[in-house]
Amino acid sequence: MSDLLRQQFVLGYTYTRSTGPVVGRFLTELRQRKIVGTRGDDGRVFVPPMEFDPVTASALDEFVEVSDRGEVVSWCWISEPRDSHPFDEPFAWALVLLDGADVPMVHAVAAPEAEMHTGMRVQARWSEEPRGYITDIACFEPEVTQGEG
Amino acid sequence: MKDIAIVSFAQSDCRRDAGACNEVELIMPVIEQAMQAVGLNNSQDVDFTCSGSCDYQQGAAFAFVMGVDALGAVPPIKESHVEMDAAWALYESMLKISMGQAESALIYGFGKSSPGELPTVLSQQLDPYYLAPLWVDSVSLAALQARVLLDRGLLSEQDMAAVVARSRANAKANNPHAQLAGDVSVEELLAESPWVAPLRKHDCCPISDGASAMVICTIEKARAWGKPYAVIRGIDHRMESHNIGARDLTRSVSTELAAAQAGVDRGPVEVAELYAPFSHQEIILSQALGLDDSTEINPSGGVLAGNLMMASGLSRIGEVATRIMSGDVRRGVAHATSGPCLQHNLVAVLEAA
Repeated sequence: MSDLLRQQFVLGYTYTRSTGPVVGRFLTELRQRKIVGTRGDDGRVFVPPMEFDPVTASALDEFVEVSDRGEVVSWCWISEPRDSHPFDEPFAWALVLLDGADVPMVHAVAAPEAEMHTGMRVQARWSEEPRGYITDIACFEPEVTQGEG
Repeated sequence: MKDIAIVSFAQSDCRRDAGACNEVELIMPVIEQAMQAVGLNNSQDVDFTCSGSCDYQQGAAFAFVMGVDALGAVPPIKESHVEMDAAWALYESMLKISMGQAESALIYGFGKSSPGELPTVLSQQLDPYYLAPLWVDSVSLAALQARVLLDRGLLSEQDMAAVVARSRANAKANNPHAQLAGDVSVEELLAESPWVAPLRKHDCCPISDGASAMVICTIEKARAWGKPYAVIRGIDHRMESHNIGARDLTRSVSTELAAAQAGVDRGPVEVAELYAPFSHQEIILSQALGLDDSTEINPSGGVLAGNLMMASGLSRIGEVATRIMSGDVRRGVAHATSGPCLQHNLVAVLEAA
């Protein structure tokens, strides 16, 4: 039983997908270090943008640019990051409500555990060369306001 | 949907690692047990077979097809599969019977999670552009949900630990297939360090290998077979947005809707088996179903005692059905979930014949 046959196996899906006018617009704006959402039927701004209103199901096409700064509305602490996680060091996953948005987004926050709290202010740390992926936002980090930096 | 009878149910042990035992070998014993309970020999003796599993667990496209080997593929049978928990394979089978295309069905679900890292595998069921590239895992998302509840004072860490303590005690008393069972106090549990704070490891269901199987049929057929059976009096399933931020994580709106459609409140709920992979979710689900102290919740220990990914939902239904068939209770509710933070929920009301 201890001598199991093991073999390396790389699973690949060689599809090319179009991201369409809503997701595509969001990803394209990320390349310019801008974050956009869409406005839902009830006026809520979804960030990242949703293609359809989750309640009425109508197509959404009104884009709204929001800030790359915001507030942590929930977080969890990853003391032992998994191989697939964006950091080797402990970090937080958080729901971040960006200024101008009404719906929080999930992303990583790089900060010491002692600084993490619900309601903390954070700002995006952009990757060196944004390429049109959600990971262009490398993570969020504690906000630095004028005078502090 | 017309009333349908559950005539048998079988589940394997929940094992952390089934080793060299493959999926077919996990499935065969439970199918055999479920069939023999009603005097059936093999899948030729039912009109329809439907399974639930996830190809991502095996890491190969159409991996579920290999599961069919457990049935004997020749001569051909009417067969289907859902890339979902087998509770939804039950739902498809009920539709098939309701349409008059079958009088009986064999349902099975299976999952061998041990070869991979299940929370990471589940990250790939998320939004492919916004979340999957972050590899945010299922435990972390549940922890975000738990924090919202704790921050708002809707539950406490003591409440969560009490769910775990009851799960382990129930599993010890009632569930020979459980992976985690025993007597632990709330104090002992709270003395453990956080894992994915605010969750402690015991707040999260274990990862288990195994399978479960069920035979259902029309009421007429169940009477003809002359075996005890439980009646599925109502069933419904509802799904919420894939955008976790857009959902009220303190409630399970989809469970509330499914419960109303399934008719949960049309009679006393003596027993409820809830698919709550995380301790705080059992509290959310109990509230969504309108349950109080008069209902025994998760007498099997629920999935905190052992979680057969893609079979646990079917097992919840089987656990309630077994208690009705044995005459212990006359009416109960079973629940199945899928997706992050209770995104998609199925509710079934089971009654004695």
